[in-house]
Amino acid sequence: MTQFTFWDILRNLLLAARWTVLLSLVSFTGGGIVGAALLFLRIGSRRGIRLLSRGYIQLFQGTPLLMQLFLAFFGLGLFGIDVPAWLAACVALILWTAAFLAEIWRGCVESIAKGQWEASASLGMGYLQQMRYVILPQALKVAVPPTVGFSVQVVKGTALTSIIGFVELSKAGSIVTNATFQPFTVYGLVALIYFALCWPLSKSSQLLERKLNVAHRNH
Amino acid sequence: MRYHFDFGWLIEYLPVLLKGIRITVQLILIGAVLGVALGTACAWARALGPKWLKPVVATYVELIRNTPFLIQLFFVFFGLPSLGIKMSELTAANLAMVVNLGAYSCEIIRAGIQATPRGQFEAGASLAMSPFQTFWYVVLVPALQRIWPALSSQVVIVMLGSAVVSQIAAEDLTFAANFIQSRTFRAFETYIVSTLIYLALAILLRQLLAGLGWMLFPRKASR
Repeated sequence: MTQFTFWDILRNLLLAARWTVLLSLVSFTGGGIVGAALLFLRIGSRRGIRLLSRGYIQLFQGTPLLMQLFLAFFGLGLFGIDVPAWLAACVALILWTAAFLAEIWRGCVESIAKGQWEASASLGMGYLQQMRYVILPQALKVAVPPTVGFSVQVVKGTALTSIIGFVELSKAGSIVTNATFQPFTVYGLVALIYFALCWPLSKSSQLLERKLNVAHRNH
Repeated sequence: MRYHFDFGWLIEYLPVLLKGIRITVQLILIGAVLGVALGTACAWARALGPKWLKPVVATYVELIRNTPFLIQLFFVFFGLPSLGIKMSELTAANLAMVVNLGAYSCEIIRAGIQATPRGQFEAGASLAMSPFQTFWYVVLVPALQRIWPALSSQVVIVMLGSAVVSQIAAEDLTFAANFIQSRTFRAFETYIVSTLIYLALAILLRQLLAGLGWMLFPRKASR
């Protein structure tokens, strides 16, 4: 039987961590784009669309991410597409991230005082101009800390994709455990790698919150 | 593509689903009560506790908040037995949920405690209350009242996160869904139904917590 050194374990886990990072980046970027679109629908002027996007957000926030992954994995297959695990993982994570980001950003847009909307309207600006020149520049400042904070949830969320068979850090942890029979060491290391990825994000979110501290300066 | 949806299995496997729901509800009830209790203790330690305890609790909170629940669960269920601590799937699932919610609720409750003005402590002391009485009646209850909405959301998040405990074969709702799926090969229908059950549970839990908030903090509600 082959012996696994500590270095063997760590190297394999770090190699797998690349996929965690990649998947997080894809989900966060994709989720950001879909989430921005969703935000515009959510705060738009059409009532039906507003309700629809609100339903979407509540559906994704009120069900387990794991179930969403299962549905993407088995559901996409219904359309005759052969779904690899990575595709299902990306689709589910993007849709899930979008729902949360849209809701976070909606809070930020709504924190901008009503007078700003009225002032810009009185200058003859259209809806898109108001957004582009008046509301979003201010809302963006409020939005940065919670958005960075949510990226931690995305990184942690990618761990669930191991369950539908995507080989990232968690799955690699299970595989390495099965080979080495050292669950304590392996899962300890996996946890530390996740911590190394997430902690800088949470800390910078806290720092940004203190530095920008716009919540108390705005009104 | 012509796929025929078939929910006929639902009647046959209803008992399996119901058992899964029961376990999920049981997990979150125990997890919520013990988790919030642990969170309260940690919040006390971080805000008002002895000096040596603060970094210990801070490390615990940061470690839990920055690692996935799945890994915490695996660590408890697969990792701890190598130290001689063995437990059943359900105990491990519950322990992981308590530890997880403890860390999150610690931060939430601490925010509420730190919003208490300094004078409140002194007012409590001047009424001859013991430090514990001051903490309980003057600091903690108003703090909980302030942060109740955030705490409720966190409990719902932990309930949804508990879907993962099926991975260590704790027989919760997701475990039941996986079981039914493997018997009927009706993956999509099974997961749609169980997803909707989770949604209903989440809505129900939210209502329940809101009602509990009304009951626990009647003064605020009547104002």
